[in-house]
Amino acid sequence: MPSPVPAATASDNSPGRLHHDMGGLPAGPVERREHDYALWEKRVDALMTLLSSPRRGLLKVDELRRNIEGLGAAAYESMSYYERWMAAITNILIERGVIGIDELGRKMSEIEARNPMPTETSAP
Amino acid sequence: MTGPPEFGPRYRPGERVRVRRAAPPGHLRTPWYIRGRAGVVERLCGSFGNPEELAYGRSGEPRQPLYRVRFRQSEVWPGYSGAAPDTIDVEIYQHWLERAEPEGEADECR
Repeated sequence: MPSPVPAATASDNSPGRLHHDMGGLPAGPVERREHDYALWEKRVDALMTLLSSPRRGLLKVDELRRNIEGLGAAAYESMSYYERWMAAITNILIERGVIGIDELGRKMSEIEARNPMPTETSAP
Repeated sequence: MTGPPEFGPRYRPGERVRVRRAAPPGHLRTPWYIRGRAGVVERLCGSFGNPEELAYGRSGEPRQPLYRVRFRQSEVWPGYSGAAPDTIDVEIYQHWLERAEPEGEADECR
C-alpha cells in the first residue's frame, strides 16, 4: 500500500508561519535509523532536567522551546537538536543572571585549551 | 457564544470544534497546519499552565483546559491519498478552540 504522504497545505508561505512550525511541509523521507547519543548530548539533556526541576526553577521547558524558536531559521539548518538546546539554555541562563558572559567565555576558553577540539566530526 | 474568558472546560467529548485561524506573535503550541480546521473533541486531557505564558517566565495561570481533538486526515491535507477513515489527533488548548457548526453544513464548501 502506498504510504499516505500529506500534500502541502495551501497556506505554506502565509505570513505568520514561523520557520520552526514546519509540520506538513515537504521534507523527504523520515530516517528511521536509531542512533546513539554522544556523551555531551546526554549531558545537555541532564542539565535541562536539573535546571527545570521545581526545586531550582531556573527555566521551564516552554522557555526552552521559545528560545529555540528564537534562534531563527538558520539554526534549524545548521545546528543539531542538542546544539539548539545548548544555545537556548545558554541564552536563558545569561538573561536570568545565572551565569555571566565573561565568566562563560573564560570557562569555554579554559576547557578548549584543556581539550583541543575533537577531530571525530571530520571522520567519514 | 463566547462571553468573558472561561477557564473551566467548555467542551465535551463528541462536540465539534474548530481551531481558531490566528497567528499572534510569541510562542504558540498550536501547529500551523491545524489552524482553521474542524474536528471532534476526543477527550479532555486536563488543565495545564498556559505554555504561551510559561514561555516568558510567567506563572501560566489561569490554567487552560487541554483537549485531544480528532481530525479527518482528508480534511487536514488537501489531496490526502491515504485511507478515507484516517484521522489525526492533536492536543489543543481551549483558548484556541471555538464551537463548530455541525458537520456537513459549512465544511463541505471550504
